[in-house]
Amino acid sequence: MRDFMSRRSLVKTVTGAVAAMVLSASPAAAQATIKFGLVAALSGQSAKSGEAITRGLSLAIDEINAKGGILGKKVELIARDDESNPAKGVLAARELVQRQHVAAFFGGVDTPVSLAIVPFANQAKVPFIGVWAAGTAITKNGAAENYVFRVSAVDELVDVALVDYAAKKYGAKKPGMILIDNAWGESNEAGLKAALAAKKMPYAAIEKFQTEDVDVVPQLTRLKNAGADALFMVANVAPSSQVVKSLDRMAWNVPIISHWGPAGGRFSELAGPSAPKVHFIETYSFSGKLSPKGTAVLAALKKKYPDIKSMADVTPAVGIANAYDAMHLTALAVAKAGSTEGPKIRQAFYQIDSYDGLIKTYKMPFSPANQDALSSGDYMFTYFKQGEILPLTN
Amino acid sequence: MLFISAIVSGLSLGSMYGLIALGFHVTYVVSKTVNFSQGSAVMLGAVLGYTFAVTAGLPLPLAFALALILCGAFGLLVERVLVRPFAGRNSEAWLMATVAGGILLDNTVLFAFGKEPRNFPSALANAPLMLFGTGVYALQLVIPVVGIGIAMMLQLLFRRTRTGKQMLAVVQNSDAARLMGIDVQRMIAASYAASTIFAGLAGLLIAPLVSVQSDMGMVLGIKAFAVAVLGGIASGWGVMLAGLAYGLFEAMVTAFAGSVYTQIAGFSIVILALAVMPNGFLGRASVFKV
Repeated sequence: MRDFMSRRSLVKTVTGAVAAMVLSASPAAAQATIKFGLVAALSGQSAKSGEAITRGLSLAIDEINAKGGILGKKVELIARDDESNPAKGVLAARELVQRQHVAAFFGGVDTPVSLAIVPFANQAKVPFIGVWAAGTAITKNGAAENYVFRVSAVDELVDVALVDYAAKKYGAKKPGMILIDNAWGESNEAGLKAALAAKKMPYAAIEKFQTEDVDVVPQLTRLKNAGADALFMVANVAPSSQVVKSLDRMAWNVPIISHWGPAGGRFSELAGPSAPKVHFIETYSFSGKLSPKGTAVLAALKKKYPDIKSMADVTPAVGIANAYDAMHLTALAVAKAGSTEGPKIRQAFYQIDSYDGLIKTYKMPFSPANQDALSSGDYMFTYFKQGEILPLTN
Repeated sequence: MLFISAIVSGLSLGSMYGLIALGFHVTYVVSKTVNFSQGSAVMLGAVLGYTFAVTAGLPLPLAFALALILCGAFGLLVERVLVRPFAGRNSEAWLMATVAGGILLDNTVLFAFGKEPRNFPSALANAPLMLFGTGVYALQLVIPVVGIGIAMMLQLLFRRTRTGKQMLAVVQNSDAARLMGIDVQRMIAASYAASTIFAGLAGLLIAPLVSVQSDMGMVLGIKAFAVAVLGGIASGWGVMLAGLAYGLFEAMVTAFAGSVYTQIAGFSIVILALAVMPNGFLGRASVFKV
């Protein structure tokens, strides 16, 4: 006890520690870099999607930093894995905003996770830019001051495109739905019903299934018995492949028009030889004829990530392209705002007038009425062939 | 058609629950302890099988054998590090230790194997056979045969062979067993190795039907434990019977009510069954000699 610190030196140490903590919690303006966060599924069945998003953001950041950064500071990306778990996603978002003081953060793959983060982003007044999750309610969240933007597909528009495709390509008259049993499935259930009602088309049945279901034969049998002549599928890679395998077991050859779940991973490997039967929606593809920007980005991608040996390793292009354009648009907003304060960046988003991006040339991409940069004209249909996502030629 | 498909599904999944539950049974009858990292051992079998057969390209029988040997080694490790230090001192901490060991393994595999689910191809799960108007994979028919076969072999081992009887003697009175020249530690370690080999085998068998990933064993482990308790953990036949019954029940609920209700119904029925038969189907209340 005699070796213990004297009371005076104890007080000094404690004061010093408190001071250090207070200083380290100082606002973002005191930092030497501009930090952006990323909350996405970096492990599990959507790991490849998370990886694609990280790559798209990193490529864009490299370009921005090569030109001197934003507001004279270099840009830094801080990524966190949400493991497709909404609770973990919210925790990660909190940490990024409150500890890391990010100016804005990008959000990942799963709709349920993004939906959980939206209230926090609006309450913390930090822009949250979605780059994959398509749930309609993510951007259309009813907040008076909406801090959620998105460069990605929107379920209600995707569903219109799916219905149109089913009718045009397959002449479907009574499609059925096989949907994953979560918030994303529900978002699309609403969208598909609305789109079908608009075209005065009836639906055969709506069946739900769980991510860990091995055997989807019961649900598919009910759809077949209800007279479905085409199937709308909304699920991630692993459950989508179980649907395809179950259809094989039933020897039921029915057109499958899907949301982009299969794009998130190794669909060809998991679904087997029937994988090419699934036609799904994308916002971008690195295959086929590329614009000069597309060629340049692809080359930069291959240079930065030498593990890309074939086009099959570039999958999913959607993650890369959405994230790449989203980062550039965000950088434009921060530059326009001249500050890293959330409310100012939000206003600056609305002032972006034109940007020549990878997916398209954006003109006035964001407004308080519509915080989604992409719309149905930007969608395309694709399919998997031996691990590569190829565009379907109409 | 839905009925037949549900029965086949139910029997194959159920026999896998039974096989994993046999692992719980075998360590319980020898040492009154249970290996709660069984679920992770299932995953280990599948992951090792994938690594040897697909990544390394070894012939399938060799890949299987190597995977099972390593699973057995995992069992020995669990017994030595997570169970023996506690059980020997009459502490129940092996419960938590084996749970933790399973989580540790899951996360180690996550780093080593990768974050994505992979496909384990099998000649028995390629083209479906048409059976009574519904398609089944040959593998789904092989699985129950293997599961029940192993349960039978285990019963023969315990009833008819000397080693088996020695293993049973250990738990009844370990001091007397020692005095009779039975190597108590060796028997307990062997039972753990056996439990993880069963789990690994189950993993290898179901891998082609699902996909191989680091968290594939968790729910299976929990269900298998429920099955083990349901069947009477002290009875090998009870455990297998409970597995088949549970698997069939799950399949019927999924087929006729929808998979949303499967977990609720499944676990509810376990609670109900235990309320009616507290010792499980074929279990007996333990008799303590004073």
